[in-house]
Amino acid sequence: MLNDPKNYKENVKAYQPKVPYFMNCFKAFLVGGLISLIGQGVQTFYMHVFHFSKQTAGNPTVATLILASALLTGFGIYDKIANFAGAGTIVPVTGFANSITSSALEHKNEGVVLGIATNLFQLAGEVIVFGVVSAAVLGIVRLFIEHLF
Amino acid sequence: MIFVYAFLVGGGICVVGQLLMDVFKLTPAHVVATFVVIGAALDVFGIYDHLIEFAGAGATVPITSFGHSLLHGAMAEGHEHGYLGIAMGIFKLTSAGITSAILFGFIVALIFKPKG
Repeated sequence: MLNDPKNYKENVKAYQPKVPYFMNCFKAFLVGGLISLIGQGVQTFYMHVFHFSKQTAGNPTVATLILASALLTGFGIYDKIANFAGAGTIVPVTGFANSITSSALEHKNEGVVLGIATNLFQLAGEVIVFGVVSAAVLGIVRLFIEHLF
Repeated sequence: MIFVYAFLVGGGICVVGQLLMDVFKLTPAHVVATFVVIGAALDVFGIYDHLIEFAGAGATVPITSFGHSLLHGAMAEGHEHGYLGIAMGIFKLTSAGITSAILFGFIVALIFKPKG
Protein backbone atom coordinates (compact mmCIF):
# COMPACT_ATOMS: atom_id res chain seq x y z
CA MET A 1 0.00 0.00 0.00
CA LEU A 2 2.79 2.39 0.90
CA ASN A 3 4.52 1.71 -2.40
CA ASP A 4 1.64 3.20 -4.34
CA PRO A 5 3.14 6.54 -5.39
CA LYS A 6 -0.13 8.06 -6.53
CA ASN A 7 -1.99 7.92 -3.21
CA TYR A 8 1.06 8.02 -0.99
CA LYS A 9 -0.11 11.08 0.92
CA GLU A 10 -3.49 9.48 1.68
CA ASN A 11 -2.10 6.07 2.58
CA VAL A 12 0.59 7.35 4.90
CA LYS A 13 -1.93 9.32 6.93
CA ALA A 14 -2.85 6.39 9.19
CA TYR A 15 0.77 6.07 10.30
CA GLN A 16 1.29 9.72 11.21
CA PRO A 17 0.83 10.86 14.84
CA LYS A 18 -2.52 12.55 15.45
CA VAL A 19 -2.28 16.29 16.01
CA PRO A 20 -3.93 17.36 19.28
CA TYR A 21 -5.47 20.47 17.70
CA PHE A 22 -7.40 21.69 20.73
CA MET A 23 -4.61 21.17 23.27
CA ASN A 24 -2.06 22.87 21.00
CA CYS A 25 -4.35 25.87 20.52
CA PHE A 26 -5.09 26.07 24.24
CA LYS A 27 -1.38 26.04 25.13
CA ALA A 28 -0.60 28.65 22.44
CA PHE A 29 -3.45 30.82 23.72
CA LEU A 30 -2.32 30.54 27.35
CA VAL A 31 1.38 31.28 26.78
CA GLY A 32 0.81 33.89 24.04
CA GLY A 33 -1.75 35.61 26.23
CA LEU A 34 0.58 35.54 29.24
CA ILE A 35 3.44 37.10 27.24
CA SER A 36 1.06 39.84 26.08
CA LEU A 37 -0.10 40.29 29.67
CA ILE A 38 3.50 40.73 30.85
CA GLY A 39 3.99 43.15 27.94
CA GLN A 40 0.95 45.11 29.10
CA GLY A 41 2.43 45.28 32.61
CA VAL A 42 5.71 46.62 31.24
CA GLN A 43 3.85 49.05 28.98
CA THR A 44 1.74 50.39 31.86
CA PHE A 45 4.94 50.83 33.86
CA TYR A 46 6.55 52.87 31.07
CA MET A 47 3.40 54.96 30.62
CA HIS A 48 3.16 55.88 34.29
CA VAL A 49 6.85 56.22 35.21
CA PHE A 50 8.34 57.62 31.98
CA HIS A 51 5.15 59.25 30.61
CA PHE A 52 5.01 57.49 27.26
CA SER A 53 1.74 57.70 25.33
CA LYS A 54 -0.25 54.59 24.41
CA GLN A 55 1.14 54.65 20.86
CA THR A 56 4.79 55.29 21.77
CA ALA A 57 4.95 52.97 24.80
CA GLY A 58 5.05 49.97 22.47
CA ASN A 59 8.66 50.73 21.51
CA PRO A 60 10.38 50.39 24.92
CA THR A 61 8.03 47.54 25.81
CA VAL A 62 9.16 45.52 22.80
CA ALA A 63 12.82 46.29 23.61
CA THR A 64 12.34 45.09 27.20
CA LEU A 65 10.66 41.86 26.10
CA ILE A 66 13.46 41.26 23.60
CA LEU A 67 16.07 41.64 26.36
CA ALA A 68 14.16 39.20 28.57
CA SER A 69 13.77 36.73 25.71
CA ALA A 70 17.47 36.93 24.76
CA LEU A 71 18.47 36.19 28.37
CA LEU A 72 15.98 33.31 28.67
CA THR A 73 17.36 31.89 25.42
CA GLY A 74 20.89 32.15 26.82
CA PHE A 75 19.85 30.20 29.92
CA GLY A 76 18.09 27.62 27.73
CA ILE A 77 14.71 28.32 29.34
CA TYR A 78 12.97 29.81 26.31
CA ASP A 79 13.34 26.62 24.28
CA LYS A 80 11.72 24.63 27.08
CA ILE A 81 8.72 26.99 27.11
CA ALA A 82 8.63 26.83 23.30
CA ASN A 83 8.40 23.04 23.38
CA PHE A 84 5.25 23.41 25.42
CA ALA A 85 3.67 26.45 23.79
CA GLY A 86 4.27 26.10 20.03
CA ALA A 87 2.99 29.24 18.30
CA GLY A 88 2.47 30.88 21.71
CA THR A 89 6.22 31.58 21.82
CA ILE A 90 6.79 31.97 18.07
CA VAL A 91 4.24 34.69 17.24
CA PRO A 92 5.16 37.28 19.95
CA VAL A 93 8.25 39.45 19.33
CA THR A 94 10.04 37.34 21.95
CA GLY A 95 10.14 34.58 19.31
CA PHE A 96 11.94 37.00 16.95
CA ALA A 97 14.59 37.67 19.62
CA ASN A 98 14.80 33.95 20.41
CA SER A 99 15.54 33.06 16.77
CA ILE A 100 18.26 35.74 16.58
CA THR A 101 19.94 34.69 19.83
CA SER A 102 19.67 30.95 19.28
CA SER A 103 21.09 30.99 15.74
CA ALA A 104 23.97 33.18 16.96
CA LEU A 105 24.63 30.83 19.90
CA GLU A 106 24.46 27.79 17.68
CA HIS A 107 27.28 29.06 15.47
CA LYS A 108 29.38 30.49 18.30
CA ASN A 109 32.18 27.96 17.86
CA GLU A 110 32.83 29.33 14.35
CA GLY A 111 34.08 32.57 15.87
CA VAL A 112 32.71 36.01 16.68
CA VAL A 113 32.74 37.39 13.13
CA LEU A 114 31.98 34.34 10.97
CA GLY A 115 29.89 32.56 13.61
CA ILE A 116 27.90 34.99 15.73
CA ALA A 117 27.71 38.10 13.55
CA THR A 118 27.14 36.32 10.23
CA ASN A 119 24.41 34.02 11.56
CA LEU A 120 22.56 36.54 13.74
CA PHE A 121 19.82 36.96 11.13
CA GLN A 122 19.90 33.45 9.72
CA LEU A 123 16.34 32.74 10.91
CA ALA A 124 15.04 36.24 11.61
CA GLY A 125 16.08 37.70 8.26
CA GLU A 126 12.85 36.60 6.63
CA VAL A 127 10.83 38.70 9.06
CA ILE A 128 12.70 41.84 8.03
CA VAL A 129 12.70 40.97 4.31
CA PHE A 130 8.95 40.27 4.13
CA GLY A 131 8.14 43.18 6.44
CA VAL A 132 10.13 45.72 4.46
CA VAL A 133 9.01 44.46 1.04
CA SER A 134 5.33 44.40 1.97
CA ALA A 135 5.48 47.74 3.80
CA ALA A 136 7.33 49.41 0.92
CA VAL A 137 4.92 48.09 -1.72
CA LEU A 138 1.83 48.96 0.34
CA GLY A 139 3.29 52.38 1.16
CA ILE A 140 3.95 53.21 -2.49
CA VAL A 141 0.46 52.03 -3.50
CA ARG A 142 -1.18 54.07 -0.74
CA LEU A 143 0.82 57.18 -1.52
CA PHE A 144 -0.06 56.78 -5.22
CA ILE A 145 -3.78 56.47 -4.43
CA GLU A 146 -3.65 59.47 -2.07
CA HIS A 147 -1.98 61.55 -4.80
CA LEU A 148 -4.73 60.56 -7.25
CA PHE A 149 -7.55 61.94 -5.15
CA MET B 1 -9.66 45.95 31.82
CA ILE B 2 -6.88 46.55 29.28
CA PHE B 3 -5.02 43.65 30.90
CA VAL B 4 -7.88 41.25 30.13
CA TYR B 5 -8.11 42.44 26.51
CA ALA B 6 -4.31 42.23 26.14
CA PHE B 7 -4.41 38.60 27.30
CA LEU B 8 -7.36 37.67 25.08
CA VAL B 9 -6.16 39.39 21.90
CA GLY B 10 -2.51 38.37 22.32
CA GLY B 11 -3.56 34.78 22.99
CA GLY B 12 -6.04 34.84 20.12
CA ILE B 13 -3.41 35.92 17.60
CA CYS B 14 -1.18 33.05 18.78
CA VAL B 15 -4.07 30.58 18.30
CA VAL B 16 -4.37 31.71 14.67
CA GLY B 17 -0.64 31.03 14.31
CA GLN B 18 -1.00 27.60 15.92
CA LEU B 19 -3.86 26.71 13.55
CA LEU B 20 -1.78 27.79 10.54
CA MET B 21 0.96 25.41 11.77
CA ASP B 22 -1.29 22.44 12.64
CA VAL B 23 -4.00 22.58 10.00
CA PHE B 24 -2.19 24.13 7.04
CA LYS B 25 1.19 22.57 7.96
CA LEU B 26 3.12 25.83 7.67
CA THR B 27 6.58 26.03 9.22
CA PRO B 28 7.09 28.60 12.02
CA ALA B 29 9.12 30.73 9.59
CA HIS B 30 6.18 30.83 7.15
CA VAL B 31 3.74 31.70 9.94
CA VAL B 32 5.88 34.62 11.13
CA ALA B 33 6.38 35.92 7.58
CA THR B 34 2.62 35.69 6.93
CA PHE B 35 1.85 37.58 10.14
CA VAL B 36 4.24 40.41 9.33
CA VAL B 37 2.59 40.89 5.93
CA ILE B 38 -0.90 40.72 7.51
CA GLY B 39 0.16 43.32 10.09
CA ALA B 40 1.30 45.70 7.35
CA ALA B 41 -1.91 45.10 5.39
CA LEU B 42 -4.06 45.84 8.46
CA ASP B 43 -2.53 49.30 8.75
CA VAL B 44 -4.85 50.31 5.89
CA PHE B 45 -7.83 52.32 7.22
CA GLY B 46 -6.09 52.30 10.64
CA ILE B 47 -7.55 48.91 11.61
CA TYR B 48 -4.43 47.95 13.55
CA ASP B 49 -4.39 51.30 15.37
CA HIS B 50 -7.90 50.57 16.65
CA LEU B 51 -6.68 47.18 17.83
CA ILE B 52 -3.76 48.80 19.71
CA GLU B 53 -6.16 51.30 21.27
CA PHE B 54 -8.41 48.41 22.33
CA ALA B 55 -5.96 45.72 23.41
CA GLY B 56 -2.69 47.56 24.17
CA ALA B 57 0.17 45.08 24.41
CA GLY B 58 -2.13 42.35 23.07
CA ALA B 59 -1.65 44.06 19.71
CA THR B 60 1.88 45.47 20.09
CA VAL B 61 3.59 42.29 21.38
CA PRO B 62 2.70 39.85 18.52
CA ILE B 63 4.95 40.09 15.45
CA THR B 64 2.05 41.54 13.40
CA SER B 65 2.83 44.88 15.07
CA PHE B 66 6.25 44.79 13.37
CA GLY B 67 4.65 44.95 9.93
CA HIS B 68 2.26 47.61 11.13
CA SER B 69 5.05 49.79 12.55
CA LEU B 70 7.10 49.45 9.35
CA LEU B 71 4.26 50.78 7.20
CA HIS B 72 3.26 53.37 9.80
CA GLY B 73 6.73 54.91 9.91
CA ALA B 74 6.99 54.73 6.11
CA MET B 75 3.67 56.55 5.62
CA ALA B 76 4.52 59.26 8.16
CA GLU B 77 7.71 60.17 6.26
CA GLY B 78 6.01 59.49 2.92
CA HIS B 79 3.43 62.19 3.57
CA GLU B 80 6.23 64.66 4.20
CA HIS B 81 8.80 63.75 1.54
CA GLY B 82 6.86 61.76 -1.06
CA TYR B 83 8.01 58.38 -2.40
CA LEU B 84 11.58 58.84 -1.09
CA GLY B 85 10.14 59.26 2.37
CA ILE B 86 8.94 55.65 2.36
CA ALA B 87 12.53 54.43 2.30
CA MET B 88 13.54 57.05 4.86
CA GLY B 89 10.85 56.26 7.40
CA ILE B 90 10.37 52.50 7.14
CA PHE B 91 12.57 51.68 10.15
CA LYS B 92 11.64 54.75 12.15
CA LEU B 93 9.26 53.05 14.59
CA THR B 94 10.85 49.59 14.58
CA SER B 95 14.34 50.91 15.24
CA ALA B 96 14.16 50.18 18.98
CA GLY B 97 13.08 46.58 18.39
CA ILE B 98 15.72 45.78 15.77
CA THR B 99 18.51 47.58 17.64
CA SER B 100 17.76 45.81 20.91
CA ALA B 101 17.40 42.43 19.16
CA ILE B 102 20.83 42.78 17.51
CA LEU B 103 22.51 44.23 20.60
CA PHE B 104 21.13 41.81 23.18
CA GLY B 105 21.36 38.84 20.82
CA PHE B 106 25.03 39.58 20.17
CA ILE B 107 25.88 40.12 23.85
CA VAL B 108 24.03 37.00 25.00
CA ALA B 109 25.72 34.92 22.29
CA LEU B 110 29.11 36.23 23.47
CA ILE B 111 28.51 35.43 27.13
CA PHE B 112 26.48 32.22 27.16
CA LYS B 113 27.36 28.74 26.00
CA PRO B 114 25.01 26.93 23.59
CA LYS B 115 22.76 24.39 25.32
CA GLY B 116 21.29 21.15 24.04
